[in-house]
Amino acid sequence: MSKRNVSINVEYLTRVEGHGNIVVDVKNNKLETCQLQIVEAPRFFEGMLQGRSIFEAQHITCRICGICSCGHTLASIQAAEDAIGFIPSEQTTKLRKFLLHMENLDSHILHIYLLVAPDLLGVKSFVPLINTHNDIVRRALRMKKTCNDVCDILVGRHVHPISSIVGGFTKLPREKDIDAMHKLLHHLRKDMEATVELAAKFKFPEFERDTEYVGLVSDNDEYPMLTGEVGSTDGVRKNKKEYKSITNEFIVPHSSAKFAKLSRASYAVGALARFNLNSKKLHPKAKAVAKAVGLKPKCTNPYLNTVAQLVECVHSLEDGLEILEDLKKTGINYDEEIIVGLNEKGTIPVKAGNGVGAVEVPRGILFHNYEVDDQGIITKANCIIPTNQNVNNIEHDMKKLVPEILKKSDEEITLDLEMLVRAYDPCISCSAHFLDVKFVNR
Amino acid sequence: MSKPKVAFFDFACCEGCQLQVANMGESLLDVLGAIDVVEFREVMSEKWDQDFDVAIVEGSITTPHAIEKIKKIRERCKVLIAYGSCATIGGVNGMKNNFPLDKIREEVYGKDYKYFETVETRAVPQVVKVDYLVHGCPVYIPEFVNVLKAVLAGLPYQVPDHAVCVECKLNENVCVYEKGVTCLGPVTKAGCNSWCINNGNICYGCRGMVTNPNENGAKDVIEKYNVPMNLVRNKMNMYNQCREIDQSEQKKR
Repeated sequence: MSKRNVSINVEYLTRVEGHGNIVVDVKNNKLETCQLQIVEAPRFFEGMLQGRSIFEAQHITCRICGICSCGHTLASIQAAEDAIGFIPSEQTTKLRKFLLHMENLDSHILHIYLLVAPDLLGVKSFVPLINTHNDIVRRALRMKKTCNDVCDILVGRHVHPISSIVGGFTKLPREKDIDAMHKLLHHLRKDMEATVELAAKFKFPEFERDTEYVGLVSDNDEYPMLTGEVGSTDGVRKNKKEYKSITNEFIVPHSSAKFAKLSRASYAVGALARFNLNSKKLHPKAKAVAKAVGLKPKCTNPYLNTVAQLVECVHSLEDGLEILEDLKKTGINYDEEIIVGLNEKGTIPVKAGNGVGAVEVPRGILFHNYEVDDQGIITKANCIIPTNQNVNNIEHDMKKLVPEILKKSDEEITLDLEMLVRAYDPCISCSAHFLDVKFVNR
Repeated sequence: MSKPKVAFFDFACCEGCQLQVANMGESLLDVLGAIDVVEFREVMSEKWDQDFDVAIVEGSITTPHAIEKIKKIRERCKVLIAYGSCATIGGVNGMKNNFPLDKIREEVYGKDYKYFETVETRAVPQVVKVDYLVHGCPVYIPEFVNVLKAVLAGLPYQVPDHAVCVECKLNENVCVYEKGVTCLGPVTKAGCNSWCINNGNICYGCRGMVTNPNENGAKDVIEKYNVPMNLVRNKMNMYNQCREIDQSEQKKR
């Protein structure tokens, strides 16, 4: 085979949240550069939080990302409550778990249908599919809207939820609301079955690279999303307070992004990591889907993160329905509805402290950490985003993948790389706030 | 008449307002039937290098590169819509302007902060001429649909310039001041159907302040409920800090 030179420069990677570039340079079959550059404009959230009330933290940090805004909300609230020593009620925790399910479902559906499916159906975006696969587009929009409608009922809206705050909920769902949410989700089952059927036909690129998978773990039977300790497939297990020794962020001279690593060169977070760690705890219906599509732990093909998302969709839908049925049975205690504002009335007791939130959001484990003084004013804030943790792993995948596909044309290599990055469902608009960016080509 | 060519662009923001479009469900297909979307990076790989009729711009202007880019977008389009509070008033990105620029850069990115180019946060109308404003964090879809209809018909759209309280009263909410907490409803532009207060929270002022706020009325309320002034000031600057750029430029004139 002749010696191959490949120079790929994908500026403004599309169908991802936020702005990123892929740069690959192969000279005489030798991979010289292989980078995922983050070019999102920095927004300085951690700086902006300083001097503000801990009761504003959730309102501000959920605006880091419109897509996982409920996830940021829940991680932020968990960190804030941990810092001031507030323990949420059982009812609050149940509703938060349900909210997280809806977020997961909504985000995964967006990713599977609008961001990944066009690649697998051989088109540039979902727009041409309106004509060629109208039923699929309609189903995707319908499913997305259902999740959105459920969030509207529960927290006022999905993008930047309103009623979920430090201390609990400003508005609790009435019985008719619970019935309405249950009805919406019940009707989603049919579309979910069709989604599983569609996704089972998808052919993903064959590529394997063993890595360490990191996510929440626990000793109970629940698939851990909101609570638990941090664990890995290499046997690490730590309290969330030790998150800095999980992410071990470091800077390397050849790269543009701040990297994370744990037991080996890189690690992955997200749906596939959660599946690899906790597949035994999935809802039986989700397990059945995993079996039907042939997804088994430990799966080391990063492209199959999308399939793990599909399995999680079924889990979130079914477990979500069960939470609603449980709430209907036990009834809701409306005395827990709270009015807090900026805690002008001292509704919630405040003390100085340092708190950590660790929550599984659609793209993987998300950490928020706040230090507050005895007045509840934030003195230090730190957030570590899933995509931030994945960038290093994506680069390692690319470095293994590119030499394996050098026989392909430049266009095919580019598409394989774009699909690889998209499989991680990167949320660059979040991660950029915490990355070191070098503008190589400017 | 051929369908107007529409392109979406995003600057510093969370992209949640674009997502609000996807959250419209199947009625999105009706909207797409009336327009021809030629570029929308978040969900489309297609790129468009020619002129277009309508640019929908999300996000604040925070880097020298963004200033150049928004100026080029302005040259290429007939109508420019600032979409969402980050674009219309600077939104939460404006809080950065509360701090000396180098201090906040170093705070977040450490000693390597110089790699992160940034300038004072500006709303889109503070950089280029804007034809339509869709306020809100996130945007309120019924209002966006109204703006889009106005654009397609070539008519102006007037953002409501009365307080959120007007809508809040129509929704029969109990005033949150009566519950002992502060709210920016009395000085914030309506048009969101008092979304946050309907859901038991307070107004954070995300749609920007009314042009002629009833200052005496606000003072009466603040005195009546004995609210510490620093609380109110801090809240005002969560979304509205970029106003200071206009105010200091007016003083220069």
